[in-house]
Amino acid sequence: MANNRPKLAVFKFASCDGCQLSLLDCEDELLAVAGKVHIAHFPEASRESVRGPYDVTLVEGSITTPDDVERIQKIRRRSKMLVTIGACATSGGIQALRNFRDVKEFTSIVYAHPEYIRTLETSTAIADHIPVDFELRGCPVNKYQLIEVLNAMLWGRKPQIESGSVCVECKRRGTVCVMVAQGMACLGPVTHAGCGAICPAYNRGCYGCFGPQETANMDPLSEKLAGLGVLATNIARLYSTFNAGAEPFEKARRQVEATNN
Amino acid sequence: MKRRTIKVDELTRVEGEGAMHIEMRGDEVTDVKLTIYEPPRFFEGFMQGRDYSEAPDITARICGICPVAYQMSSVYAMEDAFGVEVDGVLRELRRLLYCGEWIESHVLHVYLLHLPDFLGFESAIHMAKDHGETVAKALRLKKAGNAIVSTLAGREIHPINVKVGGFYRAPTKQELGGLLEELEWSLGMAEEMVRFTAGLSFPDFEKDYEFVALRHPEEYPCCEGKLVSNRGLDIPISEFREHFVEIHEPHSTALHCKLKERGMYFVGPLARYNLNFDKLPENIQELALEIGLGKTCRNPFKGIIIRSVETLYAVQEALRIIKSYEPPAVASVPVEPRESVGHGCTEAPRGILYHRYELAEDGSIRHAQIVPPTAQNLPTIEDDLRQYVTQFMALPDSELKWQCEQAVRNYDPCISCSTHFLKLTIDRK
Ligand code: SF4
Ligand code: SF4
Repeated sequence: MANNRPKLAVFKFASCDGCQLSLLDCEDELLAVAGKVHIAHFPEASRESVRGPYDVTLVEGSITTPDDVERIQKIRRRSKMLVTIGACATSGGIQALRNFRDVKEFTSIVYAHPEYIRTLETSTAIADHIPVDFELRGCPVNKYQLIEVLNAMLWGRKPQIESGSVCVECKRRGTVCVMVAQGMACLGPVTHAGCGAICPAYNRGCYGCFGPQETANMDPLSEKLAGLGVLATNIARLYSTFNAGAEPFEKARRQVEATNN
Repeated sequence: MKRRTIKVDELTRVEGEGAMHIEMRGDEVTDVKLTIYEPPRFFEGFMQGRDYSEAPDITARICGICPVAYQMSSVYAMEDAFGVEVDGVLRELRRLLYCGEWIESHVLHVYLLHLPDFLGFESAIHMAKDHGETVAKALRLKKAGNAIVSTLAGREIHPINVKVGGFYRAPTKQELGGLLEELEWSLGMAEEMVRFTAGLSFPDFEKDYEFVALRHPEEYPCCEGKLVSNRGLDIPISEFREHFVEIHEPHSTALHCKLKERGMYFVGPLARYNLNFDKLPENIQELALEIGLGKTCRNPFKGIIIRSVETLYAVQEALRIIKSYEPPAVASVPVEPRESVGHGCTEAPRGILYHRYELAEDGSIRHAQIVPPTAQNLPTIEDDLRQYVTQFMALPDSELKWQCEQAVRNYDPCISCSTHFLKLTIDRK
């Protein structure tokens, strides 16, 4: 079947499966997408596995084991276009929290099969290891953006993905600013757009799950948060969640911690 | 003696990464291993030093398929620690959210992950060629479940509206009312799902399992109750650690959980159903009996029927909650952190999910323990494979291999979940 349709592959590294699940959560589009491509490798959904090369490869998860450092190279060689999906794949995700602590804290048991249990001291983004054609942010990604990127890749055009901040999306949505009106801590001003500004619409501050926007201006936000009475430990916690390894967030956290010591 | 090996290097249509290895000599099964090679993820370590209020959002990231379960077990554990009870409408809303996740997760498993085995297809997408209408209807039902979660809590994967004490914002009547039409349709569809799955053919395979689930005096269990089993276990969740123990098997990056006194046990839809049949609404009990399911089911392959029964229950329960909904005066009750220990145990789609936290006076987490359902089922899954292969030895390799995969999928294993908590050797570069 499907021999002349473009081949789509989905690969997983250290992750929660949420980003690839977003594809199966496209209930209205799934069968249409499946009709346009040949789903050649997608273990969560199918027993069938066809060898590459693949026209479009989606990669979820971060690099955390020595074997995975090699596996991603092989996947790159077999993929024409390679898109990383989600915070894990684009910034090391929540697993990057290990990057800042003594890994010995997590070490206690020695296993009998070291080839499968070795782990690296760091959790890193896919783009730290191989060239990536497009990075889609979010923890999880927005499924409509995922469909857009897939379509763009299949048609050989540039994906239409907005690059502004969550703040812009709040304005568009007509949500009253939770920081100004209620003094809530919010990372909206520095967070990459894409979710549609969900959190403020539910009466809470953004916690940055889409990661930093391209021109994130962190210092004024840290000052603003301190001005609202948010403790330094809590500002640092805000910067170190699902995109803790993204450079602007990591730098800002170090900055906050440094000024407080 | 003739040696035979059945090997699946990458288990498919499960969440996460694992392999299966079975060895036989003559008529004897000599080795069965489910190797979990999913990279280790240090969640329990990461939780140390974080604020109690961060637990629902951080632990959600253990699993993209059942984030609500992680959020619920963590908020219940924190509220237990701080001596807070969330009741009335807020409790109903939590139940509604969980219904959404049960529907979405069960329908995903029944139609997209498990049914292709029964009908002999590689995937639901292959299956859609011949059964287009069935797959389309299944997706619509799944969407109705997802819509509950995203309406109530912002989005379907890693919802953003759950907090210790309740919600950040309670939905309006209109918002929930908007779900009614699809849920009314879903009621009919879910009944069809029960009848359809009951008509599939099942291998003749039964075992005398020890089933473990929550049991609540008034309702089919979801977030609260005691832990009970068909062999006399009857304990408050706070005694979990006195009765269950986690063991490290060398071939797996997941810990296996066993009952200290009796060893392996079974959690998930079958266990819930067998231990709580009497708590299902009358019409659902009648339907279950009518289709020949009986009050107790010991054939794990029939999990597909029970997931369908629970889907119907969740749709019906969601409708009940939405129809009687009046927005609460406040979206959450205040909590006051204190030095304490708290336990939470809720019924994730795949079975009981236990959380335990030790907290410092300022509400920061000193220690976290999380026991996901799949880790509890792993010894039972391996044992099923051993017995299954012994019983069906005569089948040709390719058929036996596929049926073994199906036997693993009976449990809807979530391998990502089961490896979240490892402490490991670090390979320094
Ligand atoms: S980015 Fe978030 S949702 Fe996606 S795989 Fe990682 S933890 Fe899961
Ligand atoms: S508002 Fe912020 S934290 Fe909330 S979903 Fe959007 S990006 Fe994520």
